[in-house]
Amino acid sequence: MSKPVSIDDTNFDQTVLQAGKPVLVDFWAAWCRPCLMVAPILDTLAEEYNGRISFVRVDVDHNPKTAARYSIMSIPTLLIFKNGEPVSHMVGVRPKGELKQSLDDVLD
Amino acid sequence: MDNGYDVVIIGSGPAGLTAGLYASRARLNSLLIERGLVGGQIANAERVENYPGFPEGISGSELGQLMHQQATQYGLKTVIAEATGIELQKSQKVLKTTEGDFIARAVIIAGGSKRQTLDVPGEEEFTGKGVSYCATCDAAFFREQPVAVVGGSDAAITEALHLAKFASRITVIHRRRQLRATRILQERAFAEPKIEFRWDSTVEKIEGENSVKRIGLNQVQTGEKSALEVAGVFISIGLKPDTDYLKGILPLDNVGHIITNEKMETEIPGILAAGDIRQDSARQAITAAGDGATATIYAERYLTKQ
Repeated sequence: MSKPVSIDDTNFDQTVLQAGKPVLVDFWAAWCRPCLMVAPILDTLAEEYNGRISFVRVDVDHNPKTAARYSIMSIPTLLIFKNGEPVSHMVGVRPKGELKQSLDDVLD
Repeated sequence: MDNGYDVVIIGSGPAGLTAGLYASRARLNSLLIERGLVGGQIANAERVENYPGFPEGISGSELGQLMHQQATQYGLKTVIAEATGIELQKSQKVLKTTEGDFIARAVIIAGGSKRQTLDVPGEEEFTGKGVSYCATCDAAFFREQPVAVVGGSDAAITEALHLAKFASRITVIHRRRQLRATRILQERAFAEPKIEFRWDSTVEKIEGENSVKRIGLNQVQTGEKSALEVAGVFISIGLKPDTDYLKGILPLDNVGHIITNEKMETEIPGILAAGDIRQDSARQAITAAGDGATATIYAERYLTKQ
């Protein structure tokens, strides 16, 4: 439960929009090298925020609908959803401390 | 607070990873501080063709990961954190980071560079909405659309060549009349029919609605203004040393590079620097790796004498 889960166009609404807690969505693709750098940071954050925030990943290559719905034009993009709405939008690789700040802001 | 390392290395590009490889093989108790970007800038390179030993070329991220694997297999410890300062306490150094303080007898600063931004209106607003700093990440979002690449270096031309596989037209905007890129890359770009050039030109603004629609250009010789319709702008105008947190602690040149001697030593005994962060670095993966090795060798000599 503490590792980011891969989701797709078919279960995005249920997993993210209807979640009972904040959800961080990592939009990524296998060809994107910085995305591969973000992944281990999110793995550790998923452990640290275990239970309080869900962590999911959307491969934009295979899930163009969800990527288009949130106008993703750069990856990695990290969106934090709260009550079905994106409340935080981060493009590119961010240091772990900055990500924690954004996650803590959402929990407040 | 940790009870101390022989060497703490800041940065996980070729300089830091090579310094770490040498340190762990020297059986120094060493720690590598990484921002979570193994490989450093080279990790963004789609293909590295000038690192000896890889005649077919190698992807930058793979090269970084192999270096990381090689360094950690000898016992190098790593922590994901960002350095925020160094305090000197007699002969020991306290490295301040976002994950707490680390005490070291010697520090090797190999934090490299961060990307240079254009600092024009619209750049920040449209980042992630058409403004990109990574063609390998984002080229696929611009299939059959016109884009611009800003810059004339190896990195910029490599981005343009990668975009040619996706975009309908690539306009390279360069403030000079000649590219700085290696000749072999120039030849490939000139031979690519989708790539065109705007010489002696700079970007003055980036405009759009929900995403980028056009950029405003300035011809630097004539002062003539023009607009170019593009869906994406890929900015690749170089790097600046990541040394803001070292101001007032170490001597820096006017751009912010750390000044060292040929042993990679700074003015402060036990603080060394390696790679792109250093003044007069050739800014190549291979020279950064060489710097890293040199730095550890002289750090070890410093520790022995202490």
